[in-house]
Amino acid sequence: MKLVKNASLIADGRKASVVENDWTLVDDDAELPEGKAVVVSLARFRAERDKLVGRNAPLGLRLKSNEAPASVADDLDRIALVALEFPIFRDGRGYSHAVQLRQRFGFDGEVRAVGDVLWDQIPHMIRCGIDSFEVGDDFPLAAFDEAATVFTRHYQPDTTGRPTINELRHG
Amino acid sequence: MYRYDEFDQQAVDERVAQFRGQVGRRLKGELTEDQFKPLRLMNGLYLQLHAYMLRVAIPYGTLSPRQMHMLAHIARKYDKGYGHFTTRQNIQYNWPRLVDTPDILADLATVEMHGIQTSGNCIRNVTSDPFAGVAAGEVEDPRPWCEIIRQWSTFHPEFSYLPRKFKIAVTGSEHDRAAIKLHDIGIRVVRNAEGETGFEFWVGGGMGRTPIIAKKIKDFVPKADLLDYATACLRVYNELGRRDNIYKARIKILVHEMGLEKYSALVDAEFARSRGTVKLPDAEIARIQAYFAPPAYEALPATSTGFEAHKFEDKGFRAFVRTNVHAHKVPGYAIVSVSLKAPGIAPGDASADQMDAVADIAERYSLDELRVTHEQNLVLPNVKLDDLYTVWQQLSAAGLASANIGLISDIICCPGLDYCDLANARSISIADELQQRFADLERQYAIGNLKIKMSGCINACGHHHVGHIGILGVDKHGKEFYQLQLGGSGAEDASIGQVTGTGFPPERIVGAVETVIGTYLSLRHGDAETFLDCYRRVGLAPFKAALYEAR
Repeated sequence: MKLVKNASLIADGRKASVVENDWTLVDDDAELPEGKAVVVSLARFRAERDKLVGRNAPLGLRLKSNEAPASVADDLDRIALVALEFPIFRDGRGYSHAVQLRQRFGFDGEVRAVGDVLWDQIPHMIRCGIDSFEVGDDFPLAAFDEAATVFTRHYQPDTTGRPTINELRHG
Repeated sequence: MYRYDEFDQQAVDERVAQFRGQVGRRLKGELTEDQFKPLRLMNGLYLQLHAYMLRVAIPYGTLSPRQMHMLAHIARKYDKGYGHFTTRQNIQYNWPRLVDTPDILADLATVEMHGIQTSGNCIRNVTSDPFAGVAAGEVEDPRPWCEIIRQWSTFHPEFSYLPRKFKIAVTGSEHDRAAIKLHDIGIRVVRNAEGETGFEFWVGGGMGRTPIIAKKIKDFVPKADLLDYATACLRVYNELGRRDNIYKARIKILVHEMGLEKYSALVDAEFARSRGTVKLPDAEIARIQAYFAPPAYEALPATSTGFEAHKFEDKGFRAFVRTNVHAHKVPGYAIVSVSLKAPGIAPGDASADQMDAVADIAERYSLDELRVTHEQNLVLPNVKLDDLYTVWQQLSAAGLASANIGLISDIICCPGLDYCDLANARSISIADELQQRFADLERQYAIGNLKIKMSGCINACGHHHVGHIGILGVDKHGKEFYQLQLGGSGAEDASIGQVTGTGFPPERIVGAVETVIGTYLSLRHGDAETFLDCYRRVGLAPFKAALYEAR
């Protein structure tokens, strides 16, 4: 797997790049590595919340597609990364969850797409507020280049803050 | 009619380029068929029994002659010279080659058309009343709101991978010609006591294997809130709609299982939080409404002596007027239905030459506008009474003057097993046989208003649940069988038809329909009592007895 960050929807903007993954995904029954940034499941977070938020290292949460961010709303300011699972690309709950993280809860940490992330879903994911992508080693970075150029404008407001077509029409 | 501005055109052009890239990756083997499938579906490209099928959107069923000529061109150049108008006000081509599809979409883009979101688990092409803007008694032309919804739903980043497809219909009339109560969201334009425009929202209707009539969720959504409220409805559905079973994934099941009250409370809470996010400025509403301003109607007398004389002299014309000509809101004009239910032709099919002919007629005699109906017919919305006779003659010359709108031979029918990958049974051949059996026009008049709707499988593309008489093709141990349903309606008095009992083999289904008709004719209270009224009065029992007791 590789981690891609800095994806942008702006042509000639910054280039998406492969970065080192600083986070360790910890199984529910595994020991927490000392001083390391960890990602845990919602189940583990619930079971060991106080211990997890008390650690002296960044905390990440991995949500299954049926686990709404609303269930951890009060703790989001203690969380630096939310990884949203896309078990299969057809499962689009993660898009609504990403929008809620950004718009409803004002979450400004990293929102990462994990699972069945495909070329043509990337522009939608970026627009919903996802800013990092865990993809297979052979996943073409060209997909991220295309995401930046495929659609110049958009009708709906989104989390990127770019003006909508209506805003361009009416100033 | 709406005209694209630079932004709309750019979006469609960029979509074509994107799809060209996707087809290229597929042809090079960089995409598996499984990965390609959702991408082609979002552009209306299906893989059917024999070939690909391309579904082209006709947003809210309105199109210009120029667009219709392009549909004819595509039928000729890339297909076998015909197209099929569907119950979703779209057109389908049955024989395109994959490699040609980017070019087809590029051609369509030159006339502001596309196949975007005509398939897939996204917000589909929005549908409307085929008489929008020309019917008397309309609160308001619903099409500007349809266009607003079209733009908002196009490439929606959050709602492109919903649990299942999502259909929205809008009407501006009390009399519902858009079947809004059989849509995931049905919207009726209304006016409140202060004279402000707003929307009545219905949610959770649909057909398929679990037909459900929509429930009213809001009496009045102010116009500025239209898209925020719709967003809230969709967001709750996207999160909570079932994804474990494709047959239980539509919003109708969510609303049914959760109960309207609970669903509605969740939507209200989401709406309260996100209200004001999707801005719909008055200036944008006005910009779009300006495109739908009434065309330059002439001041004409309410009657036409020429028209009356032709009606008197020509029996064929008289028959056409009786069924295919409807009242227009402007004196001296009429709405003309063009039936695509000629004998021997699959319901909804039109040849390229017919498309060109009807486009020419619309250009000359219908103020440059055409409509497609969910009953698989076309409409010339703005014909002067003085021109009706000429229009009828020209339609006749093109084989488009079947005088059967609303009669038993005006059958809605899906493509069925002749084309469709999902079908269990043929439907076109049964429709053909029914039309032959009831070919006599006097007999059709005697039967009166009657809607037969037929689907070749449980997915109900032929709307059999809401046919006055519905026919459903099923597969029973490898053989085609046809179930009968009676008493359905897709109009404002929406109801789901009741199954009569055991199905009928292909050679007996037409006879069964004839038995139903005979029973109705013997039971009705005078000629004025329609089949549906009669059925609602007497119930299923006498029909059941007639169908099964003689066996």
